This record gives sequence, C-alpha cells and structure tokens, in this order.
Amino acid sequence: MLSVKNLHATVGGKAILKGLTLDVPAGEVHAIMGPNGAGKSTLSYVLTGRDGYEVTQGSAALDGENLLALAPDERAAKGVFLSFQYPLEIPGVPALTFVRTAINAQRKARGEAEMGAPEFLKLARATAASLKMDFEMLRRGLNVGFSGGEKKRMEIFQMAMLSPRFLILDETDSGLDIDALKIVSEGVNAMRAPDRAMLVITHYQRLLDYIRPDKVHVLAAGRIVASGGPELALELEKSGYDRYGEAA
Amino acid sequence: MNALSKAASWMGGAALPNRRDESFRWSDVARALRAVPPHSPPALEPGWPGPFEGLADRELVFVNGFEAGPDLALLANEVVAVRFISDAHDTGHLSRLKVQVIAGCKAVLLESYEGRGDHYFANTLLDIELGVGASLERVVVMDEPDGAVSVSTAEVRLAERSTYAQTVAASGAKLQRHETHLHHPGGGAKARLDAVYLLDAARHADVTTVVVHEGLGGETSQLAKGVVGGSARGVFQGKIVVSHGADKTDARMRHDALLLSDKAEVDAKPELEIYADDVACAHGNTVGALDEEALFYARSRGIPLLAARAMLTQAFVAEAVERIEHEGAREALRGWAGRRLEALS
Repeated sequence: MLSVKNLHATVGGKAILKGLTLDVPAGEVHAIMGPNGAGKSTLSYVLTGRDGYEVTQGSAALDGENLLALAPDERAAKGVFLSFQYPLEIPGVPALTFVRTAINAQRKARGEAEMGAPEFLKLARATAASLKMDFEMLRRGLNVGFSGGEKKRMEIFQMAMLSPRFLILDETDSGLDIDALKIVSEGVNAMRAPDRAMLVITHYQRLLDYIRPDKVHVLAAGRIVASGGPELALELEKSGYDRYGEAA
Repeated sequence: MNALSKAASWMGGAALPNRRDESFRWSDVARALRAVPPHSPPALEPGWPGPFEGLADRELVFVNGFEAGPDLALLANEVVAVRFISDAHDTGHLSRLKVQVIAGCKAVLLESYEGRGDHYFANTLLDIELGVGASLERVVVMDEPDGAVSVSTAEVRLAERSTYAQTVAASGAKLQRHETHLHHPGGGAKARLDAVYLLDAARHADVTTVVVHEGLGGETSQLAKGVVGGSARGVFQGKIVVSHGADKTDARMRHDALLLSDKAEVDAKPELEIYADDVACAHGNTVGALDEEALFYARSRGIPLLAARAMLTQAFVAEAVERIEHEGAREALRGWAGRRLEALS
C-alpha cells in the first residue's frame, strides 16, 4: 500500500526528514512514535502535499503511484486522508457543506457519479450517530467554537464520510478526555479493513491501547530508528525516547 | 455637517470635498469629478428590475434625482424599496429622502443605487428616524457603471428601545461612497452596521460610518467584509464615539479584507473614542490574503485549489450576508455576492 523510501524533506530550508523508509501494507495499522521535533508532523504534511514542505530526495508511493507528483486534492482523491493535529476552523462553511463538497470533488476526480443529497444526509446522520455527535453541530460553521475534542471527532466524522484508503492520524488523542478517546478510537477501528491501511502518529502510548497497531516505529531525528510489534510502544512508555538520540 | 450637501453649483456652489478633508482622504471626490457637472435632465424609469424585485410592498423610484411622489416615506409594518437610479452622461443630480419609522413598527428598507450612462455624479442624502421601539432593517445594494461617481450619505437617529440594522453591499465605481452617521441614544437601542464590498478592475468603494453613543447602555455591532482584486481600492472608515455619560455601552467593530492581487489596495481606519465608564468596546481589522492553512485543509479533503478558494472567499463574505434578517433580501444578496465573486475570480 504505502511505500516510503529514503525520504528527505526540508521546511524553511531546514532538514527535518533525513532518509525515512517505511512500508505499510494493506490491512495493517502502523504507529509512528517519537519525541517532539522528530519530524512526525512533517511526515504527515509531506505525504499530503502541504506547501512549504519540500522533498529533496526519496520517494513516497501509494499502490505504486508516486504521491509526491500529485496536488493535495489529487492525493485525497486517490484515497489519502490526514486527520489534523490542529483542525482548522472555517467560518461560514457548514460542516455538512464542506464534507459534501469534498466527497463530490473526489468522486468527480475519480470519474464517479455525484452523491445526491438524500443519500448524503442519510449517511451523515448515521455516521454522526455512531460518533455520538449532535447532528445540529454539522449545520454550523466547520469547527467554529468547537472544543478540542469536538474538533477531533469532526475529523473522524470526515474520515468516515470520505472513506479513504490510507489514513494518517496525527496526534488524534491530544485534547481528548477518556470518553471522547474511546468514541474516536471506535470510529477509527470501525474503518479497519483488508484493503485499507493506517498510520497512527502519536507521542504517547495511551492511544495505542485503543487503536492496536500491527507495528510500531520509532521516529527520531528524521528517520525510523527502531521498529517492532505493539510491545515496543509499552517499552517506550517505560524507558522514554532518551536512548534514541539528540532529538529527545 | 455634510460637505457634499453644499458642494455642487446646482446645490449651492461650494467646493467638492477632496483629500485634504480628513474624511475624504482616500476618496477624493474633487479629483474624480474635476468640476461640478451640469444638472442631469429628467429621465424615464428604465425597464430593468431592481436588485430587490418582488420583495417590497411598495416602491419609491428616483431617476436622476427626480421622484414622482413625496420626499417623506412614513414606514409602518412594511417592506419598502427605494431605487436611486441614474441615467446620465457627464451630468450630476441630488436625491433627497426622509424616512421615518413609526413608533413600535417593524419595517424593512431595500435601497438600491442603479445606473447606466457614464461619468455621472449621483449625490444622495437620506434622513432616517426611528420612533420609540421601532425597528428598521436597511439593506443597500450599490451597483453602478465604471465611470460613475456616487456618494450616499445618511443621518440616522435612533430612539429608545429601537433597533436599526444596516447591510451595505457595494461593487464600487470610479468612486462610490456610502456614509452613515448614526446617533445612538442608548436606552436599550441596538444598532448593527454591516458592509460587504466586492471590487474588481479599477473600482473604488468607500464605506464610512460614524456612530455616536449618546446615552446609557447602547449596543452597536459592526462587521465589514471586503474582497478586492485588480487594481481596485476599498476604503473602510469606522468610527465609534462613546460620549461622556454613555456608560455601559457595548460596541464591537470588525473589518476584514481580502486582497486578491498585488495591485489591489485597502485603506482601513477603525477608530474608537471613549469618554464614558464601564464600556465594552472592541475593534478588529485585518487585511490580507486567504488563509493558506485553511486552503490546505480544504485541499487535503479533495477540494481542488480554485474551488477551495471560491468556497473560502464566499464563506468570508457570507459571514456578513448571513446577518441579514429579511430572508428575501438575504437571498438577493447571496446571489449578488455570488455573481460579483465569480467576476472577481
């Protein structure tokens, strides 16, 4: 599914990713853990094509297709989704309008038929109910006046509605209390499927109690310095990131 | 009080305001007109429908300053359209209208500035008075030809417990200015003064407001939004004065403008003058480009760049448009803004 090879990237001329290699096969959930400043968010932005994140070397492909040559919206249409660490507030655009615009833009890019209003509303109602969200919130400006937890729930709502193939969750647990964490995790786990893969980026092990990864990678100073099973996360929780070098 | 009321020769002969007048610093009428033009001849009402077609219970129509009926509009519970139409070349005219809203009544004034021809000077003076407990929503659309110079000035007086809400939508002209002077008595009276200006090519629009809080506990809320492309120029001057004794005034002013090109310009001057105690006053002012982060967020969801820009720009403007209470007028302004933004992109 996702194949990243020797990826180097700079932000504002500063090298952040320094030869990152990572493979996430279809059907698997991989966690990326690492200290602050290791390049975790940079990785998520490079994979989704944010301006200002310049790839200087290496490759990133989804099912063999070069992601780095595509615009952010084209990557989304191919099935890449990023759940933002800090979701944006967009006043004046109701969440429902935003999501429906996104779904139909993706469908158009893929040459599929538009999703009609009745089908969309039915799906939106069911999805909101499963995430225990107040449907009326979806009629208000996207994320405007929402708490941190509500914003994260809105990210998962969008993810479920867009039904992407490759999911990147960037610090999805930050700002969530334990109840919200459970609901969000259930939403994520419901999306596990044989033809889908996930990259869960987190600083803390806590989230991985709820979203069980198949593999854990440690990102430090711009590259993957250790990989292992779920037990690696528990080990990190005990020993910290100190032994992985200067970025800790 | 109003520099233009005694400006042109067909109105008394004094000089046109120019940039040495502080309030006309960015909107030099004398320079735009060079000289006071001769008076416009009478003209027939043109056949086109106004921007508020079908929404009003009755309509007052001025053409080149001439109007068939009385120059006083006494408003009860009703929706009244006032159309200030110019059909002139190289001439000028003055329109005057007094509007009174009867105490306790709830009225809507749909005001439009429409024109064909070129290089005309339209000067409009309104005097608006609200009775005790009255409510007026005033929605203004200014759509005039490229070469027009159009200045509209209103004196608005509120009474206790009255509510005044205004939304000005301007697309600019050679020089277009909408000015409001609001006398706010406090005493539970509320005012909202919003504006949307959407300018392309070399158009110029100026939204100027002066609100004077004169009594206890008045409320003012102001939201102005501008989108400026080409080599156009937007001017926003918002002044709120809280006079001595106007304690517990709540006044909030916000102006945000988007610049779509390097040659576009916005001049903003938000001012608060506070001489009272225990007031809640705030103003905010931003001029810039679309938020790159929000653009990336939308694109990362699959919305292509141009569509994302259009969506965010529309939403930016909608914040002000959605505050219009009258549904038909709100719908009319949504359509107006959509068409103007399309022309801008």
